[in-house]
Amino acid sequence: MKTDIILCGVGGQGILSIATIIGEAAMNDNLYIKQAEVHGMSQRGGDVQSNLRLSDRPIHSDLISLGGADVIISMEPMEALRYLPYLNKEGWIITGNAPFINIPNYPELDKLKTDYARLSRVISIDIDHLAKENAVPRSANVILLGAAQQALGISYEKLEQAVRNVFARKGDAIVEANIKALAIGREQQKTIL
Amino acid sequence: MKKFLLGDEAIAQGALDAGLSGVYAYPGTPSTEITEYIQLSKDAQKRGVHSRWSTNEKTAMEQALGMSYMGKRAMVCMKHVGLNVCADPFVNSGMTGVNGGVVVLVADDPSMHSSQDEQDSRFYAKFAMIPCFEPSSQQQAYDMMAQAFDYSESVHLPVLMRVTTRMAHSRAVVNVTETPRSENEINYNAEAKDWVLLPVVARRKNDIVTAQQKDLIRDSETCDDNIYIDGKDHSMGIVASGIAFNYLGECFPEGCPFPVLKITRYPLPSALLKRLQNENEKVMVLEEGQPFIEDILRGIGNEKILGKMDGTLPRTGELTPDIVKKAFGQPSEEYYSKCDDVVGRPPALCQGCGHRDVYAALNKVLEDYPQARVFGDIGCYTLGYLPPFKAIHSCVDMGASIGMAKGAADAGQWPAVAVIGDSTFTHSGMTGLLDAINENADITVIISDNLATAMTGGQDSAGLNKYEAIVRGLGLCPEHLKVVVPLPKNMPEITRIIKEEIDYHGTSVIIPRRECIQTLQRHLKEQKKKEEEK
Repeated sequence: MKTDIILCGVGGQGILSIATIIGEAAMNDNLYIKQAEVHGMSQRGGDVQSNLRLSDRPIHSDLISLGGADVIISMEPMEALRYLPYLNKEGWIITGNAPFINIPNYPELDKLKTDYARLSRVISIDIDHLAKENAVPRSANVILLGAAQQALGISYEKLEQAVRNVFARKGDAIVEANIKALAIGREQQKTIL
Repeated sequence: MKKFLLGDEAIAQGALDAGLSGVYAYPGTPSTEITEYIQLSKDAQKRGVHSRWSTNEKTAMEQALGMSYMGKRAMVCMKHVGLNVCADPFVNSGMTGVNGGVVVLVADDPSMHSSQDEQDSRFYAKFAMIPCFEPSSQQQAYDMMAQAFDYSESVHLPVLMRVTTRMAHSRAVVNVTETPRSENEINYNAEAKDWVLLPVVARRKNDIVTAQQKDLIRDSETCDDNIYIDGKDHSMGIVASGIAFNYLGECFPEGCPFPVLKITRYPLPSALLKRLQNENEKVMVLEEGQPFIEDILRGIGNEKILGKMDGTLPRTGELTPDIVKKAFGQPSEEYYSKCDDVVGRPPALCQGCGHRDVYAALNKVLEDYPQARVFGDIGCYTLGYLPPFKAIHSCVDMGASIGMAKGAADAGQWPAVAVIGDSTFTHSGMTGLLDAINENADITVIISDNLATAMTGGQDSAGLNKYEAIVRGLGLCPEHLKVVVPLPKNMPEITRIIKEEIDYHGTSVIIPRRECIQTLQRHLKEQKKKEEEK
């Protein structure tokens, strides 16, 4: 088993939390893990990404090679496309579809639509809307994670347990909100896959 | 016990498990998380391990030396440019030597993700005749902390542990010990004859330390960490150090056909390098950072060497698996071309940040002074260089704003304005301000105080609530010390004060003060939680 994942978004959107949950699940699954993060200056509203590699064999590099990623998980549509050269031709993009516009020259949405039309393996979800509609407004990132479950190659039960472990110290209410968010994400995956 | 740790966290845990008594540091990406991990560690709190932030890297290094003098183990952590700040105590700690073990942990930042240069700290270790360790995985980083402290005590020298961004900020599963080593007891073994670097002492110590180098090289040749892995294909031999060793593994998942010398410890193991060079037609050097090993092997024209200096690998920027593949002539996987519609998303000052109001006010005033020059400094507010503010004309090193403004004023420039943050001011700005005040230099200094070391994540600011007292204590004329609250509603007052102080031909200091909105949100959340618990 080997899954190379690029997680991306804009600073503050919660991609490192997704990485932590996947890492926790993979560790409990006795997999080898390497996860390269970006800290510091680039978090100030800039683009952020994390390379996450899981394998049942030892992993050498912390970074994923061009064309090597099995899945890109992105909170935001343009950010997913930023890492396109790293995506394997068989790989999946799982992305939030609401643009995060904090720059004056954000591309026209029709252009992004055309770019996505060229790709076949895409799950695009309005995670912010789903999060609000289901009263888990702070868990849009975990909805996205739920939608990526099959592409990650980690069982739903293991992912759920990891959500429990990671959020345990924040209290039951937050654990339950995130479990609910994960389940909402999983439903999205079934309707689309 | 298995833990999923950042490289920085593995280093911190390794130090704690090696009997650390104190960590001394100033925040700096990518090293910050080491000290933060120790600050939050229950074990460290119980043991009373020192972990409070220092004012700068120099004071940190000196405190660590003091702890070592008394026989205990101390660590100093910093980013690469921090080593410039503490170069004086660092280099001279090679002369005094240590009593309790000292590890100087330096995190280099090739590709400059959050830095102003790509300097490679291995040069400092060589320069100071101090041994250097360079782990290539999080597990090795953890394991090497204990080795580094033991080695430091056995050779009576500090050890520089060098990591790079990808090691510092990458997580992996790390096996940690169940039986940590206990801390050293205080002892009085340090002697004045080693520690008083008067010329008469220093000359003797210099001879001792210089003579010790051959022992250090022998240790590098015989230790388990510099490994010669023989291979069948002698058309090339490979030297790989640090994280570059992992990229080599990525290129040859079934094992490398060429002989490989993995370097983890410096000074370089001469005998092993000679063997690699003699037994192979060419030698490829894979190292993250500047061509340190390569330069030594290449000398003044060794044609056998392949690396960054002959263009086999790029001279600047960090290595990646793709760059190393290319050096071996391996093709990359088939991949999608870059998407042309994607645009850059540069970092920016947060909405609601006080620095924004400071720059808005300053820009407004300076519309009337088109010749004005604004000397910036290091922190979130360096982003004031970018649109929409485009407000600063320089940013060199911690504290440079004030000295440069004074130098510009000395040259005849007016207005000369310095913009510096609160934490950067106490780090390295105070001495420059003293120079300015002593000559009543015609400069206007803005200490944009957000009550935090914000860019690295909102750590404590050493001078919190003391800035007026510090500035007055340095001798500033009290009428020219002004404090304002940077909010849009106060814009008329702020612009009036900035204009008045620019028009005053002497040194003035304006302190716009409002808490960083990131730390404010965190503090409000903590407060709410406390109230709920009540």
